[in-house]
Amino acid sequence: MQIYLPIAEVSVNAFLLLGLGGIVGILSGMFGVGGGFLMTPLLFFIGIPPAVAVATEANQIVASSFSGVLAHLKRKTVDLKMGVVLLVGGLLGSGLGIILFNYLKSLGQVDLLVTLCYVVFLGIIGTLMFFESLNAIRKSKKPGARPKRRKHNWVHNLPFKMKFRVSGLYISVIPPVLVGVLVGVLAAIMGVGGGFIMVPAMIYLLGMPTKVVVGTSLFQIIFVTAFTTMLHATTNQTVDVVLAVLLLVGGVIGAQIGTRIGVKMKAEQLRILLAVMVLVVCAKLAFDLLLEPSELYSIGAEAHA
Amino acid sequence: MIRLVLLVLVIALPARAEEIVLGLSRNQVAITATFDGSDVLIFGAVKRDMPAPDTGDLGVIVSLAGPQTPLVVRRKERRLGIWINTDAFEFEYAPSFYAIATSGPIEEILTSETDQENRITVPQMIGYLEADAGESAAFTDALIRIRAEEELYQVLEGAVDVEEDTLFRTSITLPANLTEGDYAARIFLTRDGEIVDEYITAIPVQKVGLERWLYNLAHENALVYGLMSLSIAIAAGWGASAAFGLLRR
Repeated sequence: MQIYLPIAEVSVNAFLLLGLGGIVGILSGMFGVGGGFLMTPLLFFIGIPPAVAVATEANQIVASSFSGVLAHLKRKTVDLKMGVVLLVGGLLGSGLGIILFNYLKSLGQVDLLVTLCYVVFLGIIGTLMFFESLNAIRKSKKPGARPKRRKHNWVHNLPFKMKFRVSGLYISVIPPVLVGVLVGVLAAIMGVGGGFIMVPAMIYLLGMPTKVVVGTSLFQIIFVTAFTTMLHATTNQTVDVVLAVLLLVGGVIGAQIGTRIGVKMKAEQLRILLAVMVLVVCAKLAFDLLLEPSELYSIGAEAHA
Repeated sequence: MIRLVLLVLVIALPARAEEIVLGLSRNQVAITATFDGSDVLIFGAVKRDMPAPDTGDLGVIVSLAGPQTPLVVRRKERRLGIWINTDAFEFEYAPSFYAIATSGPIEEILTSETDQENRITVPQMIGYLEADAGESAAFTDALIRIRAEEELYQVLEGAVDVEEDTLFRTSITLPANLTEGDYAARIFLTRDGEIVDEYITAIPVQKVGLERWLYNLAHENALVYGLMSLSIAIAAGWGASAAFGLLRR
């Protein structure tokens, strides 16, 4: 069934969108990532104008994250206090990110920089996570090898310490705020929620237990993407609500299923799957840059730089 | 029936040399939520006050053009191993949609001078900045190629049926990825490549109903629209969660 999208001004198959929303929703619920880094390129591929895809995707992430976070709240796997601290950094970061984005736009080549950003960050994070979780799986198979206790590193010597009971942490608020800022900046530039950066940062930098990481990440993503949606809606009028509804109907259902799958899986398995997925997307984007495109020319709206 | 109406029109109207009498299957195109393209039937007749001149061959050209917008075409080149946009070319205006249907091969029914004067064929419809005219060919070709693949630029040679040098009809298919605006329908009557008569009319293409309402809200009340989008997202998220909660019980 074809549906004409009023803002994107293209006609697309409604079931295709429902299906895409569902698949990305499952992944989102499983891994605590918004799924934007998968969905946004997919929307480009089916012919949605990039500006509309990025803005609408932000709105859809709000829905799937909200659905996912409710499921996590019931299991008490959300560290609200940590979420709020990350959020403060996140809003700060996305503000900075939009300033940076507009600066890069004035220089031209913003598309290339966004793609390079994707390749570099997805590549680094994917590789690190892949090897780390591979090691973890190997260790857990050896009998008697107990997981070692968290190291006492420089993170624990900073001021403004706070107790995060759900995560079982007593650390300074500076690292989580900085993580939030970094994620916010990248989220604004790359047009994604930033979960795929935040989840590893929470595990490896902050030392949070994997169990609460997903819920907390989703909690933070809701607010950052809601903020982004409003910014896009008021400045560019590029949020397509019809597209968003189609994506989110599939997305919220997928997120519920994904959360249930995620709970049943071991943390190491979850991480290695996420790592593989991140690396696949990274490889696809890298190949696009390296291989000769079939069409060398592209049409864009006139932008006076 | 159509022919009868036209015949009556041909007889009833006051006479000049050779003149176009036109009919459209629809006066406007409404974009609804389930819009997936539309056919516009354009038909008419050549009205004469004297027998058809035996000099020169008759040609009928029907064109339909969407709103003109400025745009930029970029070309990728390999730099340091990766493909990036290097050169760009700005077009002052290019129609979002352009279809041209003719009664025969374009070269035979239209001279290139007449084409240039009236901007009839696709390359002529695209305006480039004159200063870079020499560089423009590759970019113009690319623009036409990309838009033709999306069925936004159509060249339908021989698609106009002409009967007894008098009645003509053609059908133009509008694709689903249509933008709003007034679409200019132009009909040219040619003899030996020169224009004898020209008829211009507009077919408004507009969003209607829900599509119209949403589009207006997004542009006129962006804040309300944004909040509405967010509310829908939150409600859907909550709804799915609650529904699954019930299912588990």
